[in-house]
Amino acid sequence: MKILRSGRSRALFFQAVALAVVLAALAFIVHNTMLNLEKSNIASGFDFLGREAGFEIGESPFIAYGAADSYGRALIVGLLNTIRVAVVGIVLATILGTLVGLARLSTNWLIARIAGAYVEVIRNVPLLVQLFFWYVVITESLPGPRDAVNPLAGVFLSNRGIALPGVESHAAHLWMLIAFVAGVVIAGLVARWTRARQARTGQPFASFWVGCGIALGLPLAVFLAAGAPVKLDVPQLSGFNFAGGVVLTPEYATLLIGLVAYTAAFIGEIVRAGIVAVQRGQVEAANALGLPRRLTLRLVVLPQALRVIIPPLTSQYLNITKNSSLAVAIGYPDIVSIANTSINQNGQAIEGIAIIMAVYLTVSLSISAFMNWYNKRIALVER
Amino acid sequence: MSWVREKLFSSWPNAIATVVIVWLAWKLAVPFFDWAFVQAIWVAPDPQACREAKGTGACWALVHEKHRFMLFGTYPFELQWRPVLVILILLALYVVSALRACWRPWLAAAWIVGLAAIGILMWGGVLGLRYVENERWGGLALTLLLATFGIAFAFPLSILLALGRRSEMPVLRLLCVVYIELIRGVPLISLLFMASVMLPLFLPEGMSIDKLLRAQIAMVLFAAAYLAEVVRGGLQAVPRGQFEAAQALGLSYWRMTLLVVLPQALRISIPPLVNTFIGFFKDTSLVLIIGLFDLLTTVKISIGEPKWVGFGIEAYIFVSMVYFMFCFAMSRYSQNLELELAGGAAKGGAR
Repeated sequence: MKILRSGRSRALFFQAVALAVVLAALAFIVHNTMLNLEKSNIASGFDFLGREAGFEIGESPFIAYGAADSYGRALIVGLLNTIRVAVVGIVLATILGTLVGLARLSTNWLIARIAGAYVEVIRNVPLLVQLFFWYVVITESLPGPRDAVNPLAGVFLSNRGIALPGVESHAAHLWMLIAFVAGVVIAGLVARWTRARQARTGQPFASFWVGCGIALGLPLAVFLAAGAPVKLDVPQLSGFNFAGGVVLTPEYATLLIGLVAYTAAFIGEIVRAGIVAVQRGQVEAANALGLPRRLTLRLVVLPQALRVIIPPLTSQYLNITKNSSLAVAIGYPDIVSIANTSINQNGQAIEGIAIIMAVYLTVSLSISAFMNWYNKRIALVER
Repeated sequence: MSWVREKLFSSWPNAIATVVIVWLAWKLAVPFFDWAFVQAIWVAPDPQACREAKGTGACWALVHEKHRFMLFGTYPFELQWRPVLVILILLALYVVSALRACWRPWLAAAWIVGLAAIGILMWGGVLGLRYVENERWGGLALTLLLATFGIAFAFPLSILLALGRRSEMPVLRLLCVVYIELIRGVPLISLLFMASVMLPLFLPEGMSIDKLLRAQIAMVLFAAAYLAEVVRGGLQAVPRGQFEAAQALGLSYWRMTLLVVLPQALRISIPPLVNTFIGFFKDTSLVLIIGLFDLLTTVKISIGEPKWVGFGIEAYIFVSMVYFMFCFAMSRYSQNLELELAGGAAKGGAR
């Protein structure tokens, strides 16, 4: 017992005990699981990924899939569906959330109050309830495709989903994309040259506007050179549903609307807190230096606000990705939903859940790694 | 008048925005008010009256007809005074715990007594109460039980995890970090699936845990990881001098933690803790997916009945309002507490 009184050996002893307990618990679980699996005749291992899945999937916009395809392919369809809703959701929630955050700071009392009420209501009701609500609104309250609500030209809301006009693809569009990427690279080089020159000679150069001009002008030039090929693909009623354009199924639309509305309320609060965190003195100092309003915003307010905003924003992006798993409750075929179907069919629960967890861990860790990198880049450099 | 000019019409764009919003609100609010109150059907034993009013008036009769099922699930009808009592005890415990004057050691005792009473009331089987197996628990009572017991067990666990993550022992720290990050990296649904289909495989033959308990375990493990991060934030905010002073006095690790560090750390972290509780309370609705009869499930089943199909909007507005009342009360409480604690700290600093 004397040994336990010295700090270091006691620490070693405790850690050994903790490790032993954890390992013993794991061994116990693995042992029981092996026995139980053997007894119930459930196969183990990931061989099932190659076998025929035998179930249909409601939507698979990126790759072709049929009931005769394998479980592995079905899971990839699910993963793509998860990414499809998460990425679009993140973009839209960021835009809406920023607007909500700015609206809460509006000098107009009505706008600030409405944004405040929105945030309070959305944040205090479970997301799952909101998803069911939106689903019922779309499937029960909207009319059938024949008398679809037509709020804007080419946009149709019906109980079969939301139909939006799309653009028919053309070879020139790919070249426009390439031109855009090239333009962005050139704009980056211009910005770098400007910074170097300004540091050397003090002469400013409107690199932002020139950069925008190059990044947007190049694709535009390609577009015009190709003879402006644009043909809108407007949804048309054919039979009982819409054909052409982009048709969002009720499930996808529900999930997207629910996730965006929910997360935007949280992002709104983050944006507001970030802007409020920039001290008044900073703006006053910028005014005193004679910086115009636009430059004050870009050089003084935004960099400081972003530093406060980015870390919590990251966790909201992670939340949107994780919350997209609620898709299983409304029947959108995301990765959780498809893994669940496969577990119900072949009973291989451990493998199915391991796949779900691996996917989310990979996504979570890669988003947080990217955001940490970005955060470090914009962090305050103490001189 | 000057208020109106300053807050609503301070500039031309502001004035235009105000007018547009008022006009839009008028266009939307009047039909909604008409639907929700004027044309609404409040009581109707059979849904025919509601069918006729569909589209013009809300059918609150659905909530009126089904409220016993929504609140208590399939708990035996004649025994439903017991979940009523349970809900009242829980509400009393919440209120007492929210009053700072009651933050005394007897509060812990009150919680233990209260939770024991709740167990006796729900299960029965003693004191002449009929036994009710927990497959029949449901509705609001089950939602509150899942949330309350979840936090009651997750909170102590989270303190241990937070202390472990800040410990100087590398193995212990690593175990805690892996646990916390693993749980926080995956969605709650995957944990609930794990609890409902994998947990039975983990146990030796002949031993089984019922579904409700399995879900409760998953929720405790989930909540503990999130609460641990909040507690860790509180621990980090305790100034180093406090640790050093406690060590200089010769206090052991546990006495230092219990008497000096934790009281300060928890005090700082109460507002974010309440915010985590709100999130957890909302997350209890996810047990719907593994087939437990919580408030959301009972509401969903009510509108799945052929008689009442088509009145989902009313049902979900009702259930939203129930959740909103609980969450809004908690969030207002946490905001007030934050101001109060900040005020106290400022006063303390000036002394």
